[in-house]
Amino acid sequence: MKTLKNTLFLLLATVVFSACSSDDDNPAPVNEEEVITTLTASLTPVGGGTTITLQSQDLDGDGPDAPVITVSSPLAINTTYNASLELLNETESPAESINEEIEEEDDEHQFFYQASNDIATFTYLDFDADGNPVGLEFTVTTAATAGSGNITITLRHEPSKDASGVSDGDITNAGGETDIQAVFPVTLQ
Amino acid sequence: MKYYVMMLCFLFFNITQSQNCNSSFYGEIHDFHDGTPIINATIFIENLNQYTTSDIDGKFSVPNLCDGQITIVVSHLACETKRLDIQVKGETFLIINLEHHIEELNEVEVTGSINPKLTKTSQETLLKTETIERYSSLNLGDALKQVSGVSSINTGSTIVKPVINGLHSSRIIVMTNGVRLQDQDWGIEHAPNIDLNTAGSITVLKGANALAYGGDAIGGVIVMEPSKIKLKDSLYGKTIISGHTNGRGYSFNTSLTKTYQKGWYVGAQASMKRFGDFEAPDYSLTNTGLNAKGFSINGGYKTFEQGFNVNYSFLDNETAILKSAHIGNIEDLVNAINSPEPLVIEDFSYDINAPKQEVTHQILKASFYKRFKNFGRLEVQYDFQNNQRYEYDIRVGDDENKPSIDLTLKTHTLKTNLKLDANSNFTYNLGINAGYQNNFANPSTGVRRLIPDYDKYDFGAFIISNYRINNDVHLDFGIRYDYNQIDAKKYYLTSRWEERGYDVDFNDIVIEDLGTQLLTNPNFEYHNISASAGVSYKINDTNSFIFNYGLSNRAPNPSELFSDGLHHSAARIELGDLRMEQETSNRVSGSYNYKNKALSLNLEAFYNHISDYIFIEPTGVEYTNRGAFPVWSYNQTNAALYGLDLTANYNFNTQWFFKNKSSYIKGNDLSQNEDLIDIPSIKTVNILGYSNEKWLHFNTELQSELVFRQNDYPNNNFEVYIPTIEETVEVDISTTPPTYHLLHLQSNITLDVSKKTDVNIGLNITNIFNTNYRENLNRLRYFADDLGRNIMLQLKLNY
Repeated sequence: MKTLKNTLFLLLATVVFSACSSDDDNPAPVNEEEVITTLTASLTPVGGGTTITLQSQDLDGDGPDAPVITVSSPLAINTTYNASLELLNETESPAESINEEIEEEDDEHQFFYQASNDIATFTYLDFDADGNPVGLEFTVTTAATAGSGNITITLRHEPSKDASGVSDGDITNAGGETDIQAVFPVTLQ
Repeated sequence: MKYYVMMLCFLFFNITQSQNCNSSFYGEIHDFHDGTPIINATIFIENLNQYTTSDIDGKFSVPNLCDGQITIVVSHLACETKRLDIQVKGETFLIINLEHHIEELNEVEVTGSINPKLTKTSQETLLKTETIERYSSLNLGDALKQVSGVSSINTGSTIVKPVINGLHSSRIIVMTNGVRLQDQDWGIEHAPNIDLNTAGSITVLKGANALAYGGDAIGGVIVMEPSKIKLKDSLYGKTIISGHTNGRGYSFNTSLTKTYQKGWYVGAQASMKRFGDFEAPDYSLTNTGLNAKGFSINGGYKTFEQGFNVNYSFLDNETAILKSAHIGNIEDLVNAINSPEPLVIEDFSYDINAPKQEVTHQILKASFYKRFKNFGRLEVQYDFQNNQRYEYDIRVGDDENKPSIDLTLKTHTLKTNLKLDANSNFTYNLGINAGYQNNFANPSTGVRRLIPDYDKYDFGAFIISNYRINNDVHLDFGIRYDYNQIDAKKYYLTSRWEERGYDVDFNDIVIEDLGTQLLTNPNFEYHNISASAGVSYKINDTNSFIFNYGLSNRAPNPSELFSDGLHHSAARIELGDLRMEQETSNRVSGSYNYKNKALSLNLEAFYNHISDYIFIEPTGVEYTNRGAFPVWSYNQTNAALYGLDLTANYNFNTQWFFKNKSSYIKGNDLSQNEDLIDIPSIKTVNILGYSNEKWLHFNTELQSELVFRQNDYPNNNFEVYIPTIEETVEVDISTTPPTYHLLHLQSNITLDVSKKTDVNIGLNITNIFNTNYRENLNRLRYFADDLGRNIMLQLKLNY
């Protein structure tokens, strides 16, 4: 009786074991959770007008394809734009907004804006609890003369916001880790 | 009542027995291995205090004995002494087998005895318990650097991978207590998961000649053996406590073993290590602490003829990685290289924050052996290993406390080994092994898998023979076959799949198309042949030579095949290649050994030609939303490594000695005609030592370590546009750090507390002058200086 019981148990164990091992389901796919596939800056002229968008979209994340950079139209000279950023992870569906994460940990994040050829200047509009800039909301003021150059938007994680010049938007001493960096070629006319 | 009856019976029986004293005991004494008679062995009858010896045919006789039990002790020069209880009744005949290979059993006290060599004709170096204990609170890699020709490749000071003659990771086999360590050794930041304190001795074998351990050890084999069990009724143990100024570290290791003369033994060992942030001479290295815990239990039965061993070990290592080394993109790397100090320097703390890794390794082993007279020794072993690896990056939001890498590697190995040593002039060692390995990459990390899920099957068979021509000449031949199969399920980004050209070459392995990702089923087989041949020749008592040749093949590891993605800590995209073939090494080496009363010298030379050598090199730049990243791809080339290792020791008198350990190595990429990357620098260590038994067994050593700048390196620098400074800059990842010289002091005294207890107090100072330096083979050299001065106090109790 006992032998029978043991045999049965062994048999059961074998069935369970082989069922487990032969049942090798395909592994589940992983969609990168923290990838920022899309950065969109929407620039609306103060006092009204058409919104200009600057977008960097890289749907394969760290894959070989380079981000697709689009600038909807040239910027006007001598104009101030109210700007806001939207960050998305479009590998998930529906697309996940990364803005919330940054807002929740705004003391650990800061955007930096730079323009080559002095085509524009930038001012922060949003601040963390310590009164340091974050940069999801900002203004862009274009130069008085027509020309062209690059606008670079950089997001740093855990920068030293207290370091010299950082709260004024100077990236030089910011340190931290780059989470996003996009370069937009723009024309002023 | 019953009791008295029994007593009476017993008495009566005894009386009758003692009355017959005309019995005799006679027999023959044979060598266990080949059955030849042993002449002149002593047979001592303990309870009669009577001696006799065996004659030319190994025969002996003891006449005029009374029936009953006698205890005899049989001994012979260079043989194991045997103690037997014998029932004499009338004419009692017995064949007694003596074992003359006494070193294999090590019944004798180990102190002062010479550990046997694992091979006769390989370049091997032994580290003894004493040396290992000195590194009790450090790593395997640190201890092995005591061997000339062994260096290390580090990630900081706590992740240390041994490098043998320029080769590391999958090209080195680490054996611990008979088990081949399976712990995802392919990664440079994956140090061997070994508690140094479990080893009683460590042997380093250079090259692939020790085929019994595996056929793919192109670099060499590290064999860690537990302390030998002494077969006597005894309870012994030791405790080591140490404290460090640098990192404010402390460590504790203790072990206790109970042995019985009959052969049973049981032992346990436990250790812990805790370090906070280490310090470079000028600043704190923020987030570099360590928290390690381990224990092992060991038990079994051991006699000359048979025995078994069951062993379980557990190790948990939580290691912080320098915070400044966590970088986002190539611009951060440029900033880090250009900054003279790390970008994050905080006050000392024991905290271990991300980036960090936590690895748990468990080994369960059971082995059994039996010796057959006139034949040899058969051993069967099963082991199971479970390696759980978590790596944490700096993450945000809900993912903050989630690992980026979560891999579980399970390995089962069954092996059997037969050693035929009936004829001590011709010994054979043959074995087979079979293994199954499963890797599971947990998808809940929310990060694409670095290493895919896979099943791996291994099978190997080998035969090694050793011929002793005479006492001075030994010949070794060996051949081994290995079969490896890897069956993986891996997701590729569709864009990557096409960029690699896999859509043309590997279209048939796609099993599911998810649009942006493809599920594929790479299933590869490799057949590997290895061979070795060696000769050792002892010219006279002072001069001896060893020459050997080794052929070995190594199948590509999962990282070389499947790597695909961004490596955060290196700020680079690493790509494996499914087309990878196995690499083949042909290595020739020679050693010269000189020894006289005062001077001993060992010179080892090698030339290792590796065809289809797998290495990683920069192949371009890719752009993502984080910015630009250099792409490093695994490639194959033909390579040659060659070098010279020297160990010399000169005793001025019984108290003063001088020692030199130097190594020189070069690595060439023969196809591209340039230098190989990550080749150890030329290094020379000079030691002046003094010891005096009368001063509480005082020993001291002053060590000078001189490491030259590596001038031979490939130029992997690349140019990249940095938007924030609007400039294209050259990223200098190649230029090697300058020559450095460090001075260390080691000293210790031993106090004899009682006959069985002694206390050893050691004081070690490393980097006495707090010198600033960076080591080429430390991957964190771009970010921070290496360690400053450390003073360590160590207390060692033997009881």
